Amino acid sequence: MKQNTKKSYIFNISSIILLFVLMKILMSANILTKYYTGIVIFICINIILAASLNLATGYLGQLALGHAGFMAVGAYASAITAIAIKPSIVEFCSTLPEGIKFLINPATVILLTSLIVAGIIAGLVGIAIGIPALRLRGDYLGIITLGFGEVIRVVINNIKPITGGAQGLSGIPRITTFNNVYWITVVVVAILYTLTHSRQGRAIISIREDEIAAEAVGIRTTKYKVMGFAIAAFFAGIGGGLYAHYIAFLDPNTFGFMRSVEILVIVVLGGMGSLTGSIIAAILLTILPEALRDFAEYRLLIYSGLLVIMMIFRPQGIFGTHEFSMSGFIHKLRHNQIISPRKEVKEGE
Amino acid sequence: MALLETKEMAMQFGGLRAVDNFEISINKHELVGLIGPNGAGKTTIFNMLTGVYEPTEGSIILDGKDVTGKKPYEIVKFGAARTFQNIRLFKDLTVIDNIKIAYHNEMKYSTLEGIFRLKRYWKEEKKAHQECLDFLKIFDMEDYAETLAKNLPYGKQRKLEIARALATNPKILMLDEPAAGMNPQETHELMETIHFIRDKFDIAILLIEHDMHLVMGICERIVVIDYGKIIAKGTPDEIKNNPDVIRVYLGE
Repeated sequence: MKQNTKKSYIFNISSIILLFVLMKILMSANILTKYYTGIVIFICINIILAASLNLATGYLGQLALGHAGFMAVGAYASAITAIAIKPSIVEFCSTLPEGIKFLINPATVILLTSLIVAGIIAGLVGIAIGIPALRLRGDYLGIITLGFGEVIRVVINNIKPITGGAQGLSGIPRITTFNNVYWITVVVVAILYTLTHSRQGRAIISIREDEIAAEAVGIRTTKYKVMGFAIAAFFAGIGGGLYAHYIAFLDPNTFGFMRSVEILVIVVLGGMGSLTGSIIAAILLTILPEALRDFAEYRLLIYSGLLVIMMIFRPQGIFGTHEFSMSGFIHKLRHNQIISPRKEVKEGE
Repeated sequence: MALLETKEMAMQFGGLRAVDNFEISINKHELVGLIGPNGAGKTTIFNMLTGVYEPTEGSIILDGKDVTGKKPYEIVKFGAARTFQNIRLFKDLTVIDNIKIAYHNEMKYSTLEGIFRLKRYWKEEKKAHQECLDFLKIFDMEDYAETLAKNLPYGKQRKLEIARALATNPKILMLDEPAAGMNPQETHELMETIHFIRDKFDIAILLIEHDMHLVMGICERIVVIDYGKIIAKGTPDEIKNNPDVIRVYLGE
């Protein structure tokens, strides 16, 4: 068992590095032009947003329609922090001795600091909203989170001295690059994966399965609901921060209700409770609108048509609640199980 | 001293007094049955004992501590576990994961230790996995460990729910109609299981049941309620011949 875990660790890490190297080669050969690199960065940001929402909606089972609100909090917090700390960090780095100067990239320091600030602030807002909102469930929770998402947007729109109001916030350092967004995405997804496979993750999943039963076996459901919601908000904040530092200009109206729906659609399409599903769906649903740019008028039509078809033929999403794993896939290929259904119980065995 | 004791416990729903002046005392290692016609208030009593409802009057003493008004998860920590009338398993999870969730409080590693998979995570997870497997072995279900709970046959689902309740390491187990929907063969197996777990885990059991055969067969003491009030207490033989009980069950 332990041998297997080690093997799959090595396999996963090496394939992540391989993918990174491959992308870098394609970029330096200019096959991936600047335009395509931009799309890749958006894919990564969407993966972070969808994976974090999946924790709240897929694993915790709470319908949350205000994810763009947390993203907005993170984006503004990160942008404002970066603008504030940029001069001092650049100055500090220039005073470093030559020997270690090349080791520390001021842009990375600024990005990481402001992302952490963004995550923490978004997480705190998540706790503040989660404690009252999570008393409700189902549709009611959906409506109240939708409301809170809009409240956040309107508040940002109205505190002009800090956020620039409806005119938007400009002058944000443009420091999100493929290099850092890729590794941050890997770290975020890895953290969400290990979280959902720990005892705390099991507690979160048990709430989705049956809240009453979870409480009856000694799970503090309120605590884990708020915790799951706050962690989802934390990573949404980080996703928002990366977005802010890539676009370099923030307009509160980009974080409206439709943005939340877009993220939710990725989660639902990929499979609620499957991180790999969210990754695949984020890739598809980021590329698709770009590929359909020529048919701009029909874009939304095709987009929604695809969703309808998906809901009819595979309502649980691409992966359902399962994770795709390469080693599991190879194992199945070898044992020729790829067509036969998943391990179902043979009755009476 | 009694393990579980209630004093003048009552539940008022608006104008309806669902349970009135309910007093029961259960000793260690005792098997007590709670019976009564439909709507008599049995499940309400269960819900009060396990913290789902807070009694409007009276108090509950569990293992010497007053647990009146405590939340369900706190009562689990004080040592009372329950099953449900309509099975409530974590259906889309495997059998072993169902047990592991109940094992939650036996593991102590923190969220960060879990996320970064530090030493304690591996140690405790490994230990928990082994202990949960051993647990399933006691119930002859180790072959089903990786099966989804919803794919189990009905009788096994009941058994899993009991196993899951026992994994919280209780002092008293409360079973809410464990034989509902079972055929005589399955009911017989269940009776054996109940006897077996009481001796194996040395716990007290309180059960609600409609199946008279089961109740009369295994309970040492029986409490009969009707319209929220206790109408009879005693051994199975006493209950069988009690005129009030006969009146309630069979009519005048």
